[in-house]
Amino acid sequence: MTGKPGNNALVGKLVLLTIGMFGFGYLLVPIYDVFCEITGLGGRTGDQATAVAMQPDLDRLVTIEFIASVNQGAPWDFRPTVSHMQVHPGQMYRTSFFAQNQSDEFLVGHAVPSVAPGQAARYLQKTECFCFNQQDFNARESKDMPVVFFLDPEIPEHVDTVTLSYTFFARDRLAAAGQDASITTK
Amino acid sequence: MSTTTATHDDHAHEPTGLIRWLTTTNHKDIGTLYLVFSLAMFFVGGAMAMVIRAELFQPGLQWVDPGFFNQMTTMHALVMIFGGVMPAFVGLANWMVPLMIGAPDMALPRLNNWSFWILPFAFALLLTPLVLGLFGIGGGAPAGGWTMYPPLVLQTGNAFPFLIFAVHLMGISSVLGAINIIVTIMNMRAPGMTLLKMPLFVWTWLITAYLLILVMPVLAGAVTMLLTDKYFGTSFFLAAGGGDPVMFQHIFWFFGHPEVYIMILPAFGIVSQIIPTFARKPLFGYDSMVYATASIAFLSFIVWAHHMFTVGMPLAGQLFFMLATMLIAVPTGVKVFNWVATMWKGAMTFETPMLFAIAFVFLFTIGGFSGLMLAIVPADLQYHDSYFVVAHFHYVLVPGAVFGIMAGVYYWLPKWTGHMYNEKLGKLHFWLSAIFVNVTFFPQHFVGLAGMPRRIPDYATQFADFNAISSIGSFVFGLAQLIFLYVIWSCARGGKKAEAQVWEGAEGLEWTVPSPAPHHTFDVPPVVR
Repeated sequence: MTGKPGNNALVGKLVLLTIGMFGFGYLLVPIYDVFCEITGLGGRTGDQATAVAMQPDLDRLVTIEFIASVNQGAPWDFRPTVSHMQVHPGQMYRTSFFAQNQSDEFLVGHAVPSVAPGQAARYLQKTECFCFNQQDFNARESKDMPVVFFLDPEIPEHVDTVTLSYTFFARDRLAAAGQDASITTK
Repeated sequence: MSTTTATHDDHAHEPTGLIRWLTTTNHKDIGTLYLVFSLAMFFVGGAMAMVIRAELFQPGLQWVDPGFFNQMTTMHALVMIFGGVMPAFVGLANWMVPLMIGAPDMALPRLNNWSFWILPFAFALLLTPLVLGLFGIGGGAPAGGWTMYPPLVLQTGNAFPFLIFAVHLMGISSVLGAINIIVTIMNMRAPGMTLLKMPLFVWTWLITAYLLILVMPVLAGAVTMLLTDKYFGTSFFLAAGGGDPVMFQHIFWFFGHPEVYIMILPAFGIVSQIIPTFARKPLFGYDSMVYATASIAFLSFIVWAHHMFTVGMPLAGQLFFMLATMLIAVPTGVKVFNWVATMWKGAMTFETPMLFAIAFVFLFTIGGFSGLMLAIVPADLQYHDSYFVVAHFHYVLVPGAVFGIMAGVYYWLPKWTGHMYNEKLGKLHFWLSAIFVNVTFFPQHFVGLAGMPRRIPDYATQFADFNAISSIGSFVFGLAQLIFLYVIWSCARGGKKAEAQVWEGAEGLEWTVPSPAPHHTFDVPPVVR
């Protein structure tokens, strides 16, 4: 019964289709990244921005709220130094986040930013951010970590509040796997 | 259960006993193995559902601790989906597709043997952590929900690799089965059996098989990413390393929504065989049934994000997925109206298969309507992850997929065993099931709308009455399935002799072979005009 000539060709095609779909599952990862990059979905804020001279929109005030959280009970005290700011789109601002290693061990942390609402994500540009690099903490060390940012004046009219949140992750597991160099900040 | 194929013809040259079942390449034997396996899993998954309902009978914690409760909800879903419903449909396809298209066997018999025998190992792997956990060894079964969302699922202990490799094995088994079914249908039809003369069960399975090939590998990829995230330092879904846990949901539901149709399209096919038989009229709108099935399969690929409206999505995305989801109601409606039109002015009789088929049409439609409610984005934000969702998908899966399977089993059981089943007990099984499936799941709509979340072992006292009703319904429904077991067992053992044409109004090649179907059929292809 297996000798039927058409069978092998069709089985071959179907096996190729199966392998292709397995690959497609992985292809969804870069597709998803590109899609989020273009649309700013998922609160992604983009890489380091370069400052360009632009006219601040002094008629408009947008509230920026800062939120800090720590992933899965990692031993950090992590909080913004100010809870919110009123900003004019197009003007550069500076704020900072405070973090303290509450353990007696050397720790490597990495903060991942997210912006809500998602529509505003691509208009919040950071020229300097502690999230661009991993942060080393000696035992009980504390530091203030700066963020320099501006809102693109193109930000849609109806957005009057933007929330910038950071989650602090312990990087020991990833550091152990030798992943540091390959990680980029989204 | 070797008795379920009581064949007495020329297979004396073949081994007997256990070795026969391990080495068989006969499509009827393998179909029986699949069906018996799925029946066993149906009771395993059902026992887990009984634990869940016993705990939810009253507010507070009575029987099990919350961790074990979560293991039960997770394992109930995995066992019922991958062990109960899917293998039952593959078993029915194995038995009936060659008989319906006039083929002597499946196109790839050895592959067929392999795709079945992977399954017991897959489920041994899946259930091992649960069984060990019951003896106090290890942390028990996976408990993060069958959808395996990271980062929660990555906190599963040593059961995690068991879960991942079990899913891999189930996927391999499904894909091999699907390849076999496609090759059989495309290459082994009897002369004259053109594609648009194929019985609808064959059509729905052809489309289902393509769905399986298109999405099971994507699930395999997603769980492989989970595996490497946990053990090999990748960060597909870990925000710390630049990944995104929401991406898992997109990849998972790209598999998950077509999977829903994998579990219902063959049931559509079974019902489309049964209703014309007992209405004694040809199926109304055969061509439109085929096109509707294909449309549903196509649409299933562009609606996945309706499972995750609450993750934060732009308005355009919400509108697209809402409208695409609602569009599925059109081909589904075509099917429902065609079934009703087939029954219209038919000379209907109400044997057990027909009762299950009519209940399927009625109750599946209720599940379809609650699905439409969930498709509405502003409503879904309220209903999401509530018991309303539980009620919805159990309406499409229990009186939907499972009733479809039961209808098919009663319909073809005389052809498989050569005996008529006990019609009185069959009807008793039907009425108990049909009544108590509603007693079980209908109140869940109400508690869901009132705000009871799913996947919790305890709840606010305001939900107590409806939960008690739901639990009682589930206990009776569960007990009624023992009747099903007895009917199948006694039918395999003996009973009134069945003729070749078991049902007066039935049409199709499977009724031209004697009952029980001999071990080898259609060695000479029949000619279809």
